[in-house]
Amino acid sequence: MGKGDIDSIDKTVPEAVPFFNDPAKRSILYQLGAMLLLGLLGYYLLSNTMANLERQSIATGLGFLEKESSFEIGESLISYSAADTYARALVVGVLNTLIVSFVGIILTVILGTFIGVARLSTNWLVSRLAAVYIEVFQDIPVLLQLFFWYAFFYELLPSPRQALSPGAGIFISNRGMVFPVPESHPAHKYMAAAFLGGCLCVYLLRRWARKQQARTGKVFPVFSVSAGILVGFPVIAWWLSGAPAAMDVPALTGFNFEGGVNISPEFSALLLGLVLYTAAFVAEVVRAGIQAVSHGQTEAAMSLGLKSGQVLNLVILPQALRVIIPPLTSQMLNLTKNSSLAVAIGYPDFVSVAGTTINQTGQAIEGIAMMMVVYLFFSLTTSAFMNWYNKKVALVER
Amino acid sequence: MSKAYSEKTEETIKPPLTSVGVIGWIKANLLNSWFNSLLTVATLYLLLKIIPAFIRWAFVDSLWMSTGAECHQAGGACWSIIPANLRFILFGFFPYDLQWRPLVAMILLVGLLFYSQNRNHWKKSLAYLWIFGLFIMGLLMKGGLFGLTSVESAQWGGLPLTLILSVFGLTAAYPLGVVLALGRQSKMPAIKTICVIYIELIRGVPLISLLFMSSVVFPLFLPEGITVNKIVRAQAAIILFTAAYIAEVVRGGLQGMSRGQYEAAESLGLNYYQTMRLVILPQALKIVIPPTVSILISAFKDTSLVVIIALYDLLKTTQSVLSDPEWMGFSSEAYLFIALIYFVCCFAMSNYSRRLERELDTGH
Repeated sequence: MGKGDIDSIDKTVPEAVPFFNDPAKRSILYQLGAMLLLGLLGYYLLSNTMANLERQSIATGLGFLEKESSFEIGESLISYSAADTYARALVVGVLNTLIVSFVGIILTVILGTFIGVARLSTNWLVSRLAAVYIEVFQDIPVLLQLFFWYAFFYELLPSPRQALSPGAGIFISNRGMVFPVPESHPAHKYMAAAFLGGCLCVYLLRRWARKQQARTGKVFPVFSVSAGILVGFPVIAWWLSGAPAAMDVPALTGFNFEGGVNISPEFSALLLGLVLYTAAFVAEVVRAGIQAVSHGQTEAAMSLGLKSGQVLNLVILPQALRVIIPPLTSQMLNLTKNSSLAVAIGYPDFVSVAGTTINQTGQAIEGIAMMMVVYLFFSLTTSAFMNWYNKKVALVER
Repeated sequence: MSKAYSEKTEETIKPPLTSVGVIGWIKANLLNSWFNSLLTVATLYLLLKIIPAFIRWAFVDSLWMSTGAECHQAGGACWSIIPANLRFILFGFFPYDLQWRPLVAMILLVGLLFYSQNRNHWKKSLAYLWIFGLFIMGLLMKGGLFGLTSVESAQWGGLPLTLILSVFGLTAAYPLGVVLALGRQSKMPAIKTICVIYIELIRGVPLISLLFMSSVVFPLFLPEGITVNKIVRAQAAIILFTAAYIAEVVRGGLQGMSRGQYEAAESLGLNYYQTMRLVILPQALKIVIPPTVSILISAFKDTSLVVIIALYDLLKTTQSVLSDPEWMGFSSEAYLFIALIYFVCCFAMSNYSRRLERELDTGH
């Protein structure tokens, strides 16, 4: 390259790009425009709302939470009466939502795994039945299923006087299922404490066993010892505190049962509907997860001399879980969100209590906002936990 | 020699009778291990306990064309509840003499759907056909033109309402969802944040809270004197809800596009709008057709939630029949009937989605 070539290069500064053709500046303009538009929309809605609220003389703010609720709630985990505040009523609702979601998720995972495995069974009959189950329960709206089970419990089960009794002290009627529970006794607190202590011991034991195996190669029977600790500690605590055995047995008084624990038809219908519906989706998730692990993995593990339990625990499950967990999380969240359909069959979950609160106080905006915040909180915590767990089991590539 | 040999083999080396035909099939699929045999026996026992009892209830002891009073006497299923109330269940409070109109509209819709399921018909003309079809359906429902009596939308109900909520819900939610997905992939932080917040917020809350919002909070948003029909408000809630889910599905498709596609489009000198319209979206949207159909199915099922804000969709009309003293107590029959309607629709859609998945799978 000669000297002349360099000289001939145009050294003039390029002409400034017009403002609207510069991508960087244009993008700022777009973003400002979008925010301005959103702000204007927000302002418009807010000013309309304020004007409307003023016209209907509805007070804003969360002051109503301190007022007396003056409505009853059918079932509650904590003591509650109509004389309590709205805040307490809402807490009752949140607890009811949590209990139905928690129990529902556990049952769904068990049933879904069972059906998912059945779907892959080499037994033609079992696998067909599982396929039919999945297709039918996925394709019917969950709300319709809830109505169906609720009507089923309410119309087909006998009244308390003719209650079915499948076992001593257990009665099933259209008022729910009652069964005996141990009478309250301080021993239960000690048993709970012993159980928690047992959990801690099991955790430490597992850590120790893993280190021990890494150091010496010896496998410590962690599972049976842990099971022993978890069952044994509470039993010892029960025995040490005098072995109370008195039971609170339900008995028919008037038109309903007293004593024992009552599971209402609303709760049962909601739980049954949600579990049967979501389990169909979980079954598909589990099936996909198991199919994602190739058969060669099983064969390789067996040829290494692992026992079938070890094959499942050390080779198949860790790989299948990686595929299963993200969609499983979203199914759990779906179940939690669908539990809000409780309002349709009269189970006092959070949405139902908040709805009653809105009707009584007229605080629609605050009520809906609380609904959304509570469910967002559930969703975000569940997905944060599952993301953490997912990271733990995720593939570590070397 | 060799001929005789082959003849002989044909004769003698037949598979044993127990490994072919019905017996062989049963052996291979039902009794292939002790565990499976046990399972088969247990399952058959259960089925034998349930199915005859169900058939007895549903067919043998059942009544099909009777009054409610006769049903209360009989022991079996009372299917009579359906023919006796069919028109109310299907059409709700739509004026009785004019119920041919929603019927024609529904037939039109089913016809259009049936026509559209063939991929050879996916052309621009199909879009115009749909717009025209939806217009005709709207006209049939609403009336007021061409000598058709006007029907208040407050009187709409039953299956047409369910279909309107899902079809219009999805048609409007789809473009909105695509825009949200593009916004979420955008490099502009403000736009991206707005879209992410919207999508995560909506996906984190149940549809009921949005429906409640549409029925109690939405009227507060409007200036004094303006009211919006309840159905339109519920429709808006369904659209806003479905759009967030579509956005996530479409985002999956966008993420599936390789960088090379964007770079190729850029090197051709296409701007953002052209890149998206001509290169990225046609490919990305094609990948996500099957999951989009699943969204359609769940949107269809979710329209049943409008029961909770007292719109008379299919489920609500059925419930109000059940609250009639004459037909009280036959919920199972009525619910099974509408479950069948929902099942047929959803099953057809999910089957179609599976077929599309096979057809669109180019094997890469």
